[in-house]
Amino acid sequence: MHYKTVFAAAALAVGLALPASSGTMDDVKAKGHVQCGVSQGLPGFSNPDQSGNWTGIDVDVCRAVAAAVFGDANMVKYTPLSAKERFTALQSGEIDMLSRNTTWTLVRDTALGLDFAGVNFYDGQGFMVRKDKGVKSASELDGASVCVNIGTTTELNMADFFRANGMKYEPVVFEKSDEVVAAYDAGRCDVYTTDRSGLAAQRVKLKDPGAHMVLPETISKEPLGPVVRHGDNQWGDIVRWSLIAMIEAEEMGVTSGNVDDMRKMATNPATKRLLGMEGDMGKNLGLSTDWSYNIIKQVGNYGEVYERHVGPDTPIGLARGPNALWTNGGLMYPMPVR
Amino acid sequence: MTDAAPAFERAPDLPPPASTVGVVGWMRQNLFSTWYNTALTVLALWLIWEAVPPVVAWAFVDADWTGSTRDACAREGACWVFIKEWFGQFVYGRYPIDERWRVNLGAAILVVCAATLFFPRFPWKAWVSVFLLFGYPVVAFFLFSGDVMGLIWVETPLWGGLFLTLVLAIVGCVFALPIGIVLALGRRSRMPGVRAVCVAFIELWRGVPLITVLFMASVMFPLFVPEGLTFDKLLRALIGIMLFQAAYLAEVIRGGLQAIPRGQYEGAQALGLNYWKAMVLVILPQALKLVIPGIVNSFIALLKDTTLVLIIGLLDFLGMIQAAGTNPDWLGFAVEGYVFAGFVFWVLCFGISRYSLHLERKLHTGH
Amino acid sequence: MTVSGDAGGAPARASFWNDPRVRAAVFQILVLGGIILFGVYIVNNTLVNMESRGISSGFDFMTRTAGFDIGMTLIGYDEASSYGRAFVVSLLNTLLVSAIGIAFATLLGFLIGIARLSSNWLISKLAEVYIEIIRNIPLLLQIFFWYFAVLRVLPSPRRSFELADAFFLNLRGLFVPRPVFEAGFAAIPIGFLVGLVAVALVARWARRRREATGEQFPTVYVSIGILAGLPLLAGAATGFPLSWDYPVLKGFNFQGGMTLIPELVALVIALSVYTASFIAEVVRSGIQAVSRGQTEAAHSLGLRPGPALRLVIVPQALRVIIPPLTNQYLNLTKNSSLAAAIAYPDLVLVFAGTALMQTGQAVEIIAITMAVYLTISLSISAAMNLYNRKMALVER
Repeated sequence: MHYKTVFAAAALAVGLALPASSGTMDDVKAKGHVQCGVSQGLPGFSNPDQSGNWTGIDVDVCRAVAAAVFGDANMVKYTPLSAKERFTALQSGEIDMLSRNTTWTLVRDTALGLDFAGVNFYDGQGFMVRKDKGVKSASELDGASVCVNIGTTTELNMADFFRANGMKYEPVVFEKSDEVVAAYDAGRCDVYTTDRSGLAAQRVKLKDPGAHMVLPETISKEPLGPVVRHGDNQWGDIVRWSLIAMIEAEEMGVTSGNVDDMRKMATNPATKRLLGMEGDMGKNLGLSTDWSYNIIKQVGNYGEVYERHVGPDTPIGLARGPNALWTNGGLMYPMPVR
Repeated sequence: MTDAAPAFERAPDLPPPASTVGVVGWMRQNLFSTWYNTALTVLALWLIWEAVPPVVAWAFVDADWTGSTRDACAREGACWVFIKEWFGQFVYGRYPIDERWRVNLGAAILVVCAATLFFPRFPWKAWVSVFLLFGYPVVAFFLFSGDVMGLIWVETPLWGGLFLTLVLAIVGCVFALPIGIVLALGRRSRMPGVRAVCVAFIELWRGVPLITVLFMASVMFPLFVPEGLTFDKLLRALIGIMLFQAAYLAEVIRGGLQAIPRGQYEGAQALGLNYWKAMVLVILPQALKLVIPGIVNSFIALLKDTTLVLIIGLLDFLGMIQAAGTNPDWLGFAVEGYVFAGFVFWVLCFGISRYSLHLERKLHTGH
Repeated sequence: MTVSGDAGGAPARASFWNDPRVRAAVFQILVLGGIILFGVYIVNNTLVNMESRGISSGFDFMTRTAGFDIGMTLIGYDEASSYGRAFVVSLLNTLLVSAIGIAFATLLGFLIGIARLSSNWLISKLAEVYIEIIRNIPLLLQIFFWYFAVLRVLPSPRRSFELADAFFLNLRGLFVPRPVFEAGFAAIPIGFLVGLVAVALVARWARRRREATGEQFPTVYVSIGILAGLPLLAGAATGFPLSWDYPVLKGFNFQGGMTLIPELVALVIALSVYTASFIAEVVRSGIQAVSRGQTEAAHSLGLRPGPALRLVIVPQALRVIIPPLTNQYLNLTKNSSLAAAIAYPDLVLVFAGTALMQTGQAVEIIAITMAVYLTISLSISAAMNLYNRKMALVER
């Protein structure tokens, strides 16, 4: 299997075309793992730890899909992608799904040939400044130099924000987020802007994190979620419902710790459906009946994942905010599993 | 013998004036011959005085050499602990630590085989060369990526550091060579169609920056191939580098072909050799020998250019050093990283270029 | 390649398949056909892929609103401008950094190249050390080094280095006064143009006179006088209708004036320092290529060292120097694409970067970008070939 690339090159050389694949699901099953595009390193979302294992809430979406498809959350391989490469990699079939803090927008959903499978993090763009600048609000940023990452919605939102408020600014645009942080830290810019979660995550990379503050304004909506290729609905459904299953599990109170007990004792029909005890949800998706059980058992419910990677007890330290369940006043609203 | 006028007796040679020999003379001649030379010398000495002591102080005297955490770096100078602690990552990238011996073994085979070529009297040179060109790439590929003979599979995204830099440069150059030879022959062909194709290919790749070639390789190659067929990111970058390098090598080789006198072509024809035989048996051996220094120089250029792959997200030597520099535990040592990278590249490139000069002299047999 | 002949009789025509011309034609048709087939295959794949992935194609995006801003613009541009405008702006930025880089690299390169040949041992060694260190270290590394070195040394805007309240240097760049042209200013450039024409006429007249009578005329000094004098006269007559817009610290940054952003500064330093090491070698070998006999012959003709250098040595050295020098200029222009690594808004960063990301039209955008560089390269090499043809020695 691993030498597919070599054979592919050979096939190309003699002008042979491999038969077009029938669908991502068959591809994934054939190669035995989910190829998942992640970021090159964003703490809390997708970041390699010292031993090279990827962790983060975006990574856990990939793991959930692998658990649903194979019953084993570890059957994932990760492709670290820059903001610039991510869509091409997905379009070209290099990866099966993209889970890389990617904002759901109309253009991406249509013109780029992609489909968004849901939202795993509701975010918004914020600004970080040095405390000693004495700035209290984003409306005081007239004339500022702003460091930003290339090829992101951030770049456009920033332009809109400054234009709408009649302010001038100097954009300083970098290819890699590490370079943005380094330039901001060196004082090249007054302001560093990205999604608020990103600000919180990248802050640990600053020399003196305490000397910086995030301004109160959120200037955009950034619903981040996993992405699949347009036109492959079966695979899109699998990714979508893997994500929903995690959120639904939290709403039902099913955790990785109690899922075995719940499976034995649950009486609530909705919970029973979620855990594959009733109905044939798995069959409808083209998966085994215990698909969602595997997700919850091996990856955990959405709340667990959140707390593990970005919650208040982590270095990122983000409160649930809009990412709380709808029952708690948040935006996380799982579609009914029935 | 008559007693003649007193014989002319040559006075003994006087020693040269003290001011023209020895250290003083050398200095007078080379440093203080005119007033502006004196001024230049003083200026140069001042420059050296201004530049060298602070650098030496920073890099050696005040530097931190021992320890294993950033707390060990409390002094004014450079923090070489950073380099020491990350050295493994710089060399092997994220290649699994337990598997690093495979990279070492691959490098050792290469070094040993290549070393035999330097001994003029080594008997099996031809076989070693054939192995290096055809056998070694296969062996190295399976050794590095594994999945055969009990070796575990190491995906190419884990390849990195100096290892990746050398893989890119060596593979890029070795595989570009045959393409370059064909292109150079094509460019000198008498068939207008073939010539036009080769000229177009060469000028296209030589006319664009490598970075756009790499962008193309990373975002456009996937669109060129049939659906369902995917290329490894490293392989894509390699193909881009290879095509790019082939165009440059073609021009180098063309220079060699042009330097072969017409008589050689005519002689080969007179012997009844057909085109390919004449080229392979008579012209190319001479031409390639002539351009070995040129090929080596273009290898050096490629070695330096491979750093660009960090822009498309491959963690080569420089990329790895940059990544390490943004590690929250090791912030603020970017300068040490860059200096180290510069030093390693300098040693490699300078060494190879000196060797190429040596070759040039050795191979200069004349016609 | 050989045509066999029957002994005695007329040479028999080679059989059809052994005729070299037929073989050549068949071979070429095969090669071209193969390449065309391959091309069709690639294009077809691309179209199918784009179709099935729903990627839009075509060049309509060039007229759509770009919606992003660019950090440095030579011509008017704002968020409401089109992608086409963004393309032009970024192309101009690429050309600007290349032009400045070429100027500095040439200056530094000639200086080092001549220093390398200096009779002063120390200077010559220093030049050698410079060349050997700089050209053996990757350019990208040098760019990073200069960028972060520059950022590290420069102060924040509030603590700018300043000169005469008009020039400010800080982390955000070099701020200089911007000339504001008022009505009537045109007289000064017109004076300069008139001066240029006058200089050309004087030079022609002086050459004719020299060829006819052998008398020398101090053309250079007279030309400088004319070129400086006429614009000054014109300016004095109109009362110098020029004022300056000074940069002023307002809020975060300086407003007004002209700005050289640090990315530009770092990129120019890195490009010219790197390319100068190659130019120095070109200059050295060019000067060394003129044999000593030429100098001696010039001296024996009675030329003094100055004219000998100007009339005999330099023209011959230039013949050797200019082709590889142009090559270095081309390399510098191509290398300016590394701007993408340090946020200088050049063609690659803005167009092949932001615009590519926002539109997703990789094929069109990469093709345009490559075509631009290719056009620059090909036009410079075409100019070079013309020059070579003009300068080539007519050999016996």
